Amino acid sequence: MKIAVLSGKGGTGKTLVSVNLAAAAKNSTYIDCDVEEPNGHLFFKPTDVVEEDVTVKIPEVDNELCNGCKKCVEFCRFNALAYTRDKLIVFDDICHSCGGCMMVCPVDALTEIDKSIGKVQMGKSEGVHVYTGILNPGQPSGIPIIQRLLEEGKSAEEDVILIDSPPGSACTVMETIKDTDYCILVAEPTVFGVHNLNMVYELVKLFNKPFGVVLNKSLEGENPAEQFCIERNINILGKIPFDNHLGTLNSNAEIAVRKSEKYKELFTTLLDTVKKEVHHETTINP
Amino acid sequence: MKQLLILSGKGGTGKTTIASAFIKLSDAKAYADCDVDAPNLHLITDQEVVPERSDYYALPKAVIDPNLCINCDLCRQSCRFDAIYVDQVYKVDSFACEGCAVCELVCPSDAITMEPTVAGELALYKNQGKVFSTAHLKMGEGTSGLLVTEVKKQMAAEVKDVEMAIIDGSPGIGCPVIASLSGVDMVLVVAEPSISGISDMERIVKTASRFGTKTAICVNKYDTNLENTRKIEEYCKEKGLALVGKIPFDPEAVKAINSGNTIVDVDCPSGRAAAEVYEKTVKILLDEDRELVL
Repeated sequence: MKIAVLSGKGGTGKTLVSVNLAAAAKNSTYIDCDVEEPNGHLFFKPTDVVEEDVTVKIPEVDNELCNGCKKCVEFCRFNALAYTRDKLIVFDDICHSCGGCMMVCPVDALTEIDKSIGKVQMGKSEGVHVYTGILNPGQPSGIPIIQRLLEEGKSAEEDVILIDSPPGSACTVMETIKDTDYCILVAEPTVFGVHNLNMVYELVKLFNKPFGVVLNKSLEGENPAEQFCIERNINILGKIPFDNHLGTLNSNAEIAVRKSEKYKELFTTLLDTVKKEVHHETTINP
Repeated sequence: MKQLLILSGKGGTGKTTIASAFIKLSDAKAYADCDVDAPNLHLITDQEVVPERSDYYALPKAVIDPNLCINCDLCRQSCRFDAIYVDQVYKVDSFACEGCAVCELVCPSDAITMEPTVAGELALYKNQGKVFSTAHLKMGEGTSGLLVTEVKKQMAAEVKDVEMAIIDGSPGIGCPVIASLSGVDMVLVVAEPSISGISDMERIVKTASRFGTKTAICVNKYDTNLENTRKIEEYCKEKGLALVGKIPFDPEAVKAINSGNTIVDVDCPSGRAAAEVYEKTVKILLDEDRELVL
């Protein structure tokens, strides 16, 4: 089963939940799709790491062949090409790799070359296969890295696959949840948290994904995120307390499940709840 | 107009909390929320006026006319984004379509046109000489960088003779962050004393340095992990970055935000610390000569 962990707002505890669920499952796969700011590997500290470059295609111009017709410049919707001082210039950071410029060039002056935008790393941490995607600073889009990660993840043999998603509800998140069986939304009890929970809630509804909510940083008393769930009849999968001990473990990039009996129990119970939900969904919605 | 951009790399470190405090302290005449994926600033900068709203159009996307389509499959083969599929007739997955127009180019029967689509909404609040620009991107859309640029343009077009503008950024280091960085005078990074927070801070500092923007750091919830806070202090020293303050973890801060206030509206430890961070930040922002070497 493929489970994506998401939250509209950053810092609500996506990595905490996905890392600890993967660790609680013992034999599992953890895929960190937050390629702009990947943090899961800091917790798992995987060994036997294999690293691969991720490249995209960008055009390269042969200025000897270019006749200055500017057809490519006119065609490019992303303004990634400019013709100045009798020279064609490629702005590779804004190129979307659509290949259109090569198609319109009448003199075959454009060819494609590979450009590295980041890498994927695969390693092991106890029984967990850890997949990490890392975007190079300055690169605008991590989508090709996310696609590569999810492709690599397809060969995973483990039953439980946890996908740590980027924050927000934009294209990167959509890419992440496309092929998942279930989504866990992590929410924190603040007005910001609720506002952004609503956004991912709309997203999972739009994609018709079965989902449930985990309430993180729960304190006694009123919880606007819990209120939100109750009003909309949203399944609350579990609560993680606001707890200094957990905060310290987490800020030191320790996996709570591996350090504390209490949290081992909490996340194992949460994992069982999620598994039941997924099975239930596949029975009624095969 | 000097523009201050607040970023963090990692989400949830307190960008909006700090930005709203700064807006209050400076009685800001111009401010913007560039976190178009998950905007929150409007929730605590109470806006009494109805904003001017306008649709945001991303690049036109492909639409296939089934009456003209001859099922040659060329468009599907040429699309690098797997945006064309067959469901009895040829169709475009508008979420996957990036608007490159290659399909329109290869179509032999003129069945494909590029049509404008609304990808988000901009809002502009104007009240007693103050301007607040914000927007939200529609779900699953991919052109947040362009929308961020529109948010900043919308703000700049409205204000004259304003000394300072405060811009709340988005998490990460990708396209919306890069778009928000262009043209700003200074970045304040709100860091969090965790191993994850430090890693993310280093990546955002690297990204900002590619633009040569002067950068300062403040540590939020610094007392939740003093060891990691010390590491951030060392990092700043090593990189020659100004550390403009440390804000303590403060339960009063959550209470203030949840009741629609900023942390400087109530007398609390985090609010007092934020006021000090503000003073130091503004000094650096307005200081022409200060160059920070990265």
